[in-house]
Amino acid sequence: MKARDILVGMTCASLLGAAVLASKAQAQDSIYVPLLTYRTGPYSGSGTPIANGMHDYLAMLNERDGGIGGVKLNIEECETGYDTKKGVECWESIKGKNPAVVNPYSTGITLQIIPKAAVDKIPILSMAYGLSASAVGDKFPWVFNPPATYWDGLSMVMRYIGGKEGGLDKLKGKTVGFIFLESPYGREPLPLLQQFSKDYGFTVKEYSVAGKEMQDQSAQWLAVRRDRPDWMIMWGWGAMNPTAVKRAAENGYPMDHFIGVWWSGSDDDGRGGGQTAKGYLSLNFNGLGSNYPAIQDIKKYVVDKGKSQVEKDKFAENFYNRGVYNSVLVAEAIRNAQKLSGKKVVTGEDVRRGLETLNISEAHWKELGFPNFAAPISGVNCTDHNGHAPAYMQQWDGAKWVKISDWIQPMKEKVRPMLDEAAKEYVEKNTGWPKRTEACDKSS
Amino acid sequence: MLYREAGQFKTSYASDQAVFPILQDRVGILIILVIAFIGIPVTGNDFLINAVMIPFLIFSLAAIGLNLLTGYTGLLSLGTGAFMGVGAYACYKLTTVFPDVNIIIWVIVSGFFSAAVGAVFGLPSLRIKGFYLAIATLAAQFFLEWCFIRIPWLYNYNVSAAIEVPQRELFGIIITGPRASAQTRYLIVLTIVVAMTWMASNIVHGRIGRMWMAIRDMDIAAELMGIRLLPTKLLAFAVSSFYCGVAGAMLVFLWYGGAESTVFSINESFTILFMIIIGGLGSLLGSFLGAALIYILPIILRFVPPQLGLPLHAATVEHMTFMITGALIVFFLIAEPAGLARLWQIGKQKLRVWPFPY
Repeated sequence: MKARDILVGMTCASLLGAAVLASKAQAQDSIYVPLLTYRTGPYSGSGTPIANGMHDYLAMLNERDGGIGGVKLNIEECETGYDTKKGVECWESIKGKNPAVVNPYSTGITLQIIPKAAVDKIPILSMAYGLSASAVGDKFPWVFNPPATYWDGLSMVMRYIGGKEGGLDKLKGKTVGFIFLESPYGREPLPLLQQFSKDYGFTVKEYSVAGKEMQDQSAQWLAVRRDRPDWMIMWGWGAMNPTAVKRAAENGYPMDHFIGVWWSGSDDDGRGGGQTAKGYLSLNFNGLGSNYPAIQDIKKYVVDKGKSQVEKDKFAENFYNRGVYNSVLVAEAIRNAQKLSGKKVVTGEDVRRGLETLNISEAHWKELGFPNFAAPISGVNCTDHNGHAPAYMQQWDGAKWVKISDWIQPMKEKVRPMLDEAAKEYVEKNTGWPKRTEACDKSS
Repeated sequence: MLYREAGQFKTSYASDQAVFPILQDRVGILIILVIAFIGIPVTGNDFLINAVMIPFLIFSLAAIGLNLLTGYTGLLSLGTGAFMGVGAYACYKLTTVFPDVNIIIWVIVSGFFSAAVGAVFGLPSLRIKGFYLAIATLAAQFFLEWCFIRIPWLYNYNVSAAIEVPQRELFGIIITGPRASAQTRYLIVLTIVVAMTWMASNIVHGRIGRMWMAIRDMDIAAELMGIRLLPTKLLAFAVSSFYCGVAGAMLVFLWYGGAESTVFSINESFTILFMIIIGGLGSLLGSFLGAALIYILPIILRFVPPQLGLPLHAATVEHMTFMITGALIVFFLIAEPAGLARLWQIGKQKLRVWPFPY
């Protein structure tokens, strides 16, 4: 019986001691870059390669250049499991350590931390995810979502479909199916899709996939079989993607009429269907393969030295490169911030200015070691926190992704008014939303 | 030693039947309250208050709610998450429709909506028991979750199907929304939790609590003694859901600052159920201990190794957290199947007679 008492006492003591320890903050002389990642849980299939790519590029800068501007980056991952609750916990645990920028990597988490960003003075980089309306810089000075919003993405998909049909007017009377993950992420494009259906006279069929049934989806695809939509568009994530691709193939849906957003285009998603998935399309905005000097540097300085968690055969897959792309934006924003502020160790406030003046021209991409890796980022400024950069269409050839189209421009004229509208509505609903007080820097 | 009660004489029935008959317990509670109300807000940093204490208190309240139903009345429920959701969505609707009424009033009032929904889903409890009732409440969980997604009116037609917390004030101090300080929110949560725990304690020690326990121990005997089963069981459902509803409203308004339907998923129900099983069924103290073990332990496991400088990957820590928490749960249940509250009781008994074994 005594042993039990001692044990209880010890548990209590360790609980207390640990709580005290956990609350101590660290001092630092490097730039702290927290990465909210997920290598566990049902979405780890999509999360792991991105986490590796993000981490490895920044680690490579540390190894090759000694950080950015001579200051080492302190890279730290916080595991969220794509769970909003844990994401908020991560935010609370990192906000005291003066983070340069936060990458939430989940639309749900992004929505939760958007209001906190302005209060805690930490910029959020939700790269091509998150709240579409946060592209409006006047209303959301602390949130950035380049290179394109989900609404841009949907407009690019529509442009592609229009190209294949011989004009978007030809869609009149046809049916477009939209299969999406039942989450803030999956629901984002719905208002624009309904707008399109009104403008071009096609019918929209919605197939929502709840998180718990994403590895099954038989009911949804049975409905697809019944409705026979002419095109299928997918906003999926995690285990939902490969399952959907497999089910589409099983149900004999023409794969070259099935288009995923850029988050539904990892190599594992294609592999889920294997040869039968041949022809499946998805948007993409980053280069494929390892044939870029900077990617080779990552291999040389990080992967070959065993400092990465990436499996050798998954190196430089599509989502790995997506993570690298994300980290390039982070690194360039920090570099900009150093230039603007004249400081070496930049704070979140400096990086916010750095992000607002983010400009990566074609020549600069080449300079960074990424020739033709991505479209130039030129449209980001104080009012536009997105840039509305183009993307291209890629196709699964049974074993790998192949680029099949040129850059597709988003329909900015359609998207932008809707963004302004949505941002206005968001601010109205959130009484007490702070007015922008941050000054505007000239683009570098 | 600590618990030597020599010299403490009970001179009235009231003092003999008090909730804390021993002086040391009363002093202990007082010290805990002083630390909670003054010590933590003054000395604690944002992380401790925001990521540890506020959710711990909220989950404790939800655990108390479920404990009233499952621990005291013996009705197994898997709908806790959904009932919390009802509270949160009700509070959201109320404060957006009537923005001038103080938010704390709405947090409390939203509990009544949850209570009404809980009572409706409690109706089958007269005819079915045990696992079968769990299935019936599971239906509540799925149905309500479906409502949170499919009825856009509930989230004011928000594009992302999420509810967002507007800024609200009390006496000129911002208490909800991102600009409210952690200390303010913590004190509000703490006040509500302490007040409602005190109420729960009075309920379970009084006539109603005794009726519930009679039903739990043997419902036919309780019926023969003149306890009307249906109203009593429905009352248990209503009170339990009231607590869960208030906890849910606080969860969104005083902690998250916004939520989507997945927050109130079946996982939430299970988490709360595990809290009361580990903490101790039919014990208010157990609700707090269980919430601490299930909620705070993983946070400590997650954030301590990096603080100690152990070079572990975030994902490895996460996996280890799952394994260690699971192992501890199994260990505690083997060591004391009646829960942590019982463990504390045994320990207290030992302290009273220390250094003698009997």
